[in-house]
Amino acid sequence: MRFLFKTNYEQDIRLAKHSGYYWSYGALLAIVFAAPLMLDSYYVGQMTQLYIMAIAGVGLMLLSGYTGLVSLGHAAFFGIGAYTEAVLTGNGLHLPFMEEPIVFSFFLSFPLAGLLAAVAGIAIGIPALRLTGIYLAIATFAFAIVVEEVFSRWESVTNGYTGLLVEYIEIGGVTLTDGTPFYFLCLGVLIAVILFSLNLLRSPTGRAMMAVRDSEISAQSMGVNLAQTKTTAFALSAGITGLAGALFAHKLGFLSPESFTVLQSLELLVLVVVGGLGSIHGAIFGAMFVLALPQALAILKDYLPAEIAETPGIEPFIFGLILVFFIIFEPLGIYGRWLKVKLYFQMFPLYKKATFKRQKAYMKSERLK
Amino acid sequence: MSLFTAENLAINFGGVKAVDGVNFEIEEGECFTIIGPNGAGKTTIFNLISRIYDSTEGRMTFRGEDITTTPPHDIAGLGIARTFQNIELFEHATVLQNLLVGRHCHTKRSIWKEGLFTPSVRNEELRHREKVEEIIDFLDLQHYRESFIMNLPYGVRKVVELGRALCTEPKLILLDEPSSGLNVEETQDMAFWIEDIKKELGITVLMVEHDMGLVSEVSDRVLVLNYGRMLAFGTPAEVQSDPEVIKAYLGG
Repeated sequence: MRFLFKTNYEQDIRLAKHSGYYWSYGALLAIVFAAPLMLDSYYVGQMTQLYIMAIAGVGLMLLSGYTGLVSLGHAAFFGIGAYTEAVLTGNGLHLPFMEEPIVFSFFLSFPLAGLLAAVAGIAIGIPALRLTGIYLAIATFAFAIVVEEVFSRWESVTNGYTGLLVEYIEIGGVTLTDGTPFYFLCLGVLIAVILFSLNLLRSPTGRAMMAVRDSEISAQSMGVNLAQTKTTAFALSAGITGLAGALFAHKLGFLSPESFTVLQSLELLVLVVVGGLGSIHGAIFGAMFVLALPQALAILKDYLPAEIAETPGIEPFIFGLILVFFIIFEPLGIYGRWLKVKLYFQMFPLYKKATFKRQKAYMKSERLK
Repeated sequence: MSLFTAENLAINFGGVKAVDGVNFEIEEGECFTIIGPNGAGKTTIFNLISRIYDSTEGRMTFRGEDITTTPPHDIAGLGIARTFQNIELFEHATVLQNLLVGRHCHTKRSIWKEGLFTPSVRNEELRHREKVEEIIDFLDLQHYRESFIMNLPYGVRKVVELGRALCTEPKLILLDEPSSGLNVEETQDMAFWIEDIKKELGITVLMVEHDMGLVSEVSDRVLVLNYGRMLAFGTPAEVQSDPEVIKAYLGG
């Protein structure tokens, strides 16, 4: 067990609370940087996918986990980011007074994809100011359905169900194919997004978000502008998810409205809930879970008796079952379980089962009040 | 000039007149208490002052400035802080974080600077932490600094909420039943703190309280409400011997 003896305020502010952080996160960084050298290309692709999901997860976590606003429509922001990126780097932007469309380089189109998603986030965030809990979930859900329709009907831009091919990223004449360079791009964006979020969360704006989540009335009385804080959270969350969408477009190489359905929104929400609401770790764990589960289920199928394995709909059933078990037994998600395992080893052999007993409290966003 | 005035303050909820033509003035440096039976409109007055409710009639001024239509999130910045009857802390945050939210009205915010955690943001954070640490010292909360609110007993939460209000550096602090749910010893501590807040920190106190022992110990003046109307007004001793007040409490 480690006891921290604090001698100055800097120690409270620091991201690395003690030397152990350098070791463990240093090791993690070394592993993810060395991974493409050791793994074959299939796994590199899978990890790239993991990073993209994690970026979107961090985006939704800021909104649902930290500001307490449930969104069932994040696939819309994900899609807006993806289509913006695909159109800007592909066919380019047609302006009425110009002969040739403007094709953007990745450095411009990528922030623009995030920016446009953020603007969409503000557009849904402002009318959603008066809504909380289940009503907000329904409003965002409706928004996602509308956006999905737009993707399929606005054929002159999105090509509808025929689909849109996405160009590879070109940086300084080098083409980033779906391999190691793209892996590092996604990893870099993920690290930047995580650092940005952690910094925000240790600053006044982040604390205001948590205050709004836990008690709107007292946040207001402490001087927190509810409308401003919620709109900021929506914009940030949508923007980050839009960035993930832009990377996703390049990863997939081909966009069609089917990639941005309500199921995708649900998957993102499952990601943050199972990962652990209210922690950035949770977004990463959740992304691992969402990516690994279908594969684990496929493997599991081989071991099940044929009658059960062949039953149609067995996969969603097991997916749902695991979700229900998580919500009942581990409301803090995988991150909560991780904390318990960590504490077990820190306290060994003195760990008591009852240590976490009293903390069976639910997040406000989860209570859907 | 009085620190705070309420003129002919009134609010209706449908046909119910929760507060009906209430007038009072709070002088700088005093402890002003509002008492009254349940449903008399005491907390409603607090919610009017913190602008959570819009008054139907009347006006309020604070340090000469009209605050009848000020947005609720600007009230803290003007120098009015409050606590709540049923503790409203940020449950999933630590005591330190709760107190830092109390500093919110003194922060300058910019997402980009905060996201990059520039030196200016860092220095401001350090400055706020110093101030918060003073309050932690004042209320003896050192032991609970890093605890999450959801793991704290009721009595401590009450003190943390008081601390959070003090962190806004108010001129006027509104305490909604500071002793409710506290045992005798904790109530005595609360009485000392209220005295200290008034004398040492020079903050004017407006409080709603049921415990007459605490009221007579710390209050300078008492306003008695019943059914939203003013029933009596005076020093604690005067009010307690007022026949109207006795009638309102005991019936008859």
